[in-house]
Amino acid sequence: MDYTILILVLPMLSFLILALAGMKMSHRVSGLIGTLSLGAVTVLSYLTAFVYFTAERTAEGVHSSMIPLNFEWLPFTNQLHIDMGILLDPISVLMLVVISTVSFMVHIYSFGYMKGEIGFQRYYAFLSLFTFSMLGLVVATNIFQMYVFWELVGVSSYLLIGFYYTKPEAIAASKKAFIVTRFADLGFLIGILIYGYYMKTFTFTPSEEQLMQAGMMLPWALGLMFIGGAGKSAMFPLHIWLPDAMEGPTPVSALIHAATMVVAGVYLVARMFPLFIAYAPQTLHIVAYVGMFTAFYAASVACVQSDIKRVLAFSTISQIGFMMVALGVCTGTNPHDTGLGYMAGMFHLFTHAMFKALLFLGAGCIIHAVHSNEMNTMGGLRKYMPITHITFLIACLAIAGIPPFSGFFSKDEILTACFNFSPFVGWGMTIIAGMTAFYMFRLYYGIFWGKENKELHAEHVPHESPLTMTFPLMFLALVTICAGFIPFGHFVTSNGELYDIHLNWVVAGTSIVVAIAAIALATWMYAREEQPVPAMLARRFSKLHRAAYKRFYMDELWLFVTKKIIFRCVSAPLAWFDRHVIDQFMNFMAWSTNAAGEEVQPLQNGRIQSYTMWFFGGVIVLSIMLLLI
Amino acid sequence: MELEVHVIHYLIVSTIMMFCGIYGFFTRKNLLALLISVELMLNAANINFSVCNRYLFPDALEGHFFSLFGIAIAAAETAVAIAIIINVYRNVKQVLTDDITDLKG
Amino acid sequence: MSLQEISFYIVAACIAVCSILAVTSGKILRAVTNLLFVLFGTAMFYILLGYTFLGAVQLIVYAGGIVILYVFSILLTRSDKDMKYRQRRAKWLSILLASAVGAALVLFLILTNDFAGSLIPQGFEYPVHEIGKSLIGTDKYQFVLPFEITGVLLLACMIGAILIARKEK
Repeated sequence: MDYTILILVLPMLSFLILALAGMKMSHRVSGLIGTLSLGAVTVLSYLTAFVYFTAERTAEGVHSSMIPLNFEWLPFTNQLHIDMGILLDPISVLMLVVISTVSFMVHIYSFGYMKGEIGFQRYYAFLSLFTFSMLGLVVATNIFQMYVFWELVGVSSYLLIGFYYTKPEAIAASKKAFIVTRFADLGFLIGILIYGYYMKTFTFTPSEEQLMQAGMMLPWALGLMFIGGAGKSAMFPLHIWLPDAMEGPTPVSALIHAATMVVAGVYLVARMFPLFIAYAPQTLHIVAYVGMFTAFYAASVACVQSDIKRVLAFSTISQIGFMMVALGVCTGTNPHDTGLGYMAGMFHLFTHAMFKALLFLGAGCIIHAVHSNEMNTMGGLRKYMPITHITFLIACLAIAGIPPFSGFFSKDEILTACFNFSPFVGWGMTIIAGMTAFYMFRLYYGIFWGKENKELHAEHVPHESPLTMTFPLMFLALVTICAGFIPFGHFVTSNGELYDIHLNWVVAGTSIVVAIAAIALATWMYAREEQPVPAMLARRFSKLHRAAYKRFYMDELWLFVTKKIIFRCVSAPLAWFDRHVIDQFMNFMAWSTNAAGEEVQPLQNGRIQSYTMWFFGGVIVLSIMLLLI
Repeated sequence: MELEVHVIHYLIVSTIMMFCGIYGFFTRKNLLALLISVELMLNAANINFSVCNRYLFPDALEGHFFSLFGIAIAAAETAVAIAIIINVYRNVKQVLTDDITDLKG
Repeated sequence: MSLQEISFYIVAACIAVCSILAVTSGKILRAVTNLLFVLFGTAMFYILLGYTFLGAVQLIVYAGGIVILYVFSILLTRSDKDMKYRQRRAKWLSILLASAVGAALVLFLILTNDFAGSLIPQGFEYPVHEIGKSLIGTDKYQFVLPFEITGVLLLACMIGAILIARKEK
């Protein structure tokens, strides 16, 4: 499996080439370099997955982890050292496939979407950097390597959100994303340090002895790591950066802020899952409740947003909440009952990556066609953009949980796991799934049906996108249709044992009924040209509507906390102290040095005789002192 | 036959020479007079080397040769110093220490 | 009192007086002349000590070379007029005091030190061919290296003196 190193090297090389020499190349060449290297990475990833999953299972019936490459990078002590390497196990191989597929599709799609943009080469360079970092993150052999790539992913996300660096909103959004996630990563880093201190290792499998000794510190370390994961995965209340991150180019949103980077937190929890289950089940349940609340919050905000990318962003937050819940409701490692959520969460990660990337790319086509993000500039677009329409509908059905699309299967497993855990979580998640169906179809009808903005469309006729943009749509739609039938439980389960996905018809039936009811409601409210019901509801519950539209004032709350409380009560006194005490002390040092120099300066008058007189006087004094002693 | 002169007497003479030189070095302002004082000090030191060699270590010769090389170096030093003094005179038309307080200029 | 002693004391008195005159005289040519006498006295001391070669070198280099150089440069720079300057009295007193204290200190050290072998055989003259061998030998207590270095130094000084003193075009 030595070729796995190429999976990391190729995007890195492509980044280096494009970053160093990209400006000398034409758009076509630079795009081809990025896309071809990514194509090679995709092929290698599929090959890796094929070889890995067709290999013989071990005696316990699991796919064993493999480390094709590992070298010691920074040794602290004999035991504690930071390594760099490649770890292959079911979830990292799964992530390799997801990342390379979506990234490859986005590379192709960007050919059309970014055509003629200034900084096309820079865009492809950053895409390569991101892909490299993300791949490095998922194959990390230890928590510290993961952290290094975690930050690299954050940087490339920052660079890509701020791609249109002449737009103030984009700059603000990129800074916000970076600062919020960095703030969360502080928790991650502290967690890593606690983990390293007590476990005497950074690997994911510490020795039993150390685990026993750590006692209560392990749940703390894992909880702090989850804060980092919550920052990257936009869990409430650290979600505020993700909606703003939509200022970046839409393919970037599809790649980073829907399919790959934002599920890094889920991946982190899944990576630490054995430790969570064995030593910190309570922390895992906190994860579940945070995920559930986030899912509900984001779904309710998504119901009223008018910017289509914002709707998709909140939908992403909500769906990541689903994955977190799925991981959090596990109480054991047996995939047949208590550990079902693990497999369900990873399955949903996989299917969600595909259909959410599809939704974003579809949204990109629409924005490309009407040059706006606002829903009121759209409506009735189904006539103009048939391919986008059909693929978008498929993705909506998938996310709503209608069989036979992939989302149905993964969501059904999640709901089953939730009902196994507690009826409250089960019913709560079912309702949120219904809300998902509702707001997705509100979006769908708002774009493709509803009231057409005739003046605008007459002025600028919307058109179907070129093949470079529709091909990824069709491919992802195909995956979305088929992915549900993948025997996912054969590949990824909580303890590696084989598990056949089978539907629990009570749960599945309920969720289908709820989803169809929600879709029907959305159809009734939004499919027609005239929409009296939503307007009436918005009037009746104007406060609630407004609060939801403003995302329940979370951004304002954060601004209040940072600007009014932290800046005023902590930063301002610190600044005062810095300016008046530390700076003044430094000024005093400078002044006293200067004054001493001014005093001593007349001695240096250039008269050789006065120098020798001082010297002679000194000799006499020293001699007398020596005599007297 | 003994050498009747006591070593202390030589040293007293050289001390007088030495401190005359120091006194002259501080009071004089003419560069050539300064140089004369320096020669006095140098000679006092040379006498001390020779006397100590002769009286205290009669079998050795280091002090003797040190004096010899001291004389040679004094000659060299004088030559350079006088060249500098002549150059100073050419620039400022007099040779006082007060005129040459700047390193460059 | 032997001839040795008599000549020593005469020379010593001469050196002491001429030293003082050399640094106090108001005329620079007189100062140089007094210096010349001091140098003669020093040469005399070397001879009294038995280092006749050293005494000869002292006479040739100093009296014959350096003092002549002084006289020439005094005449070239018309230094006589530069000997008239006013000295602040307090400064002059402090210098005198400092020199006196220094001299007293050194004399105190000399007089209180108990010199071993304070008297030595007389009538001894160090043979010149031994000096010559010492100067060009490479053994222990032989000085070919300082000898050569001094030669190079003298050459460098000659070149430097010519460079510094020559008239710039």
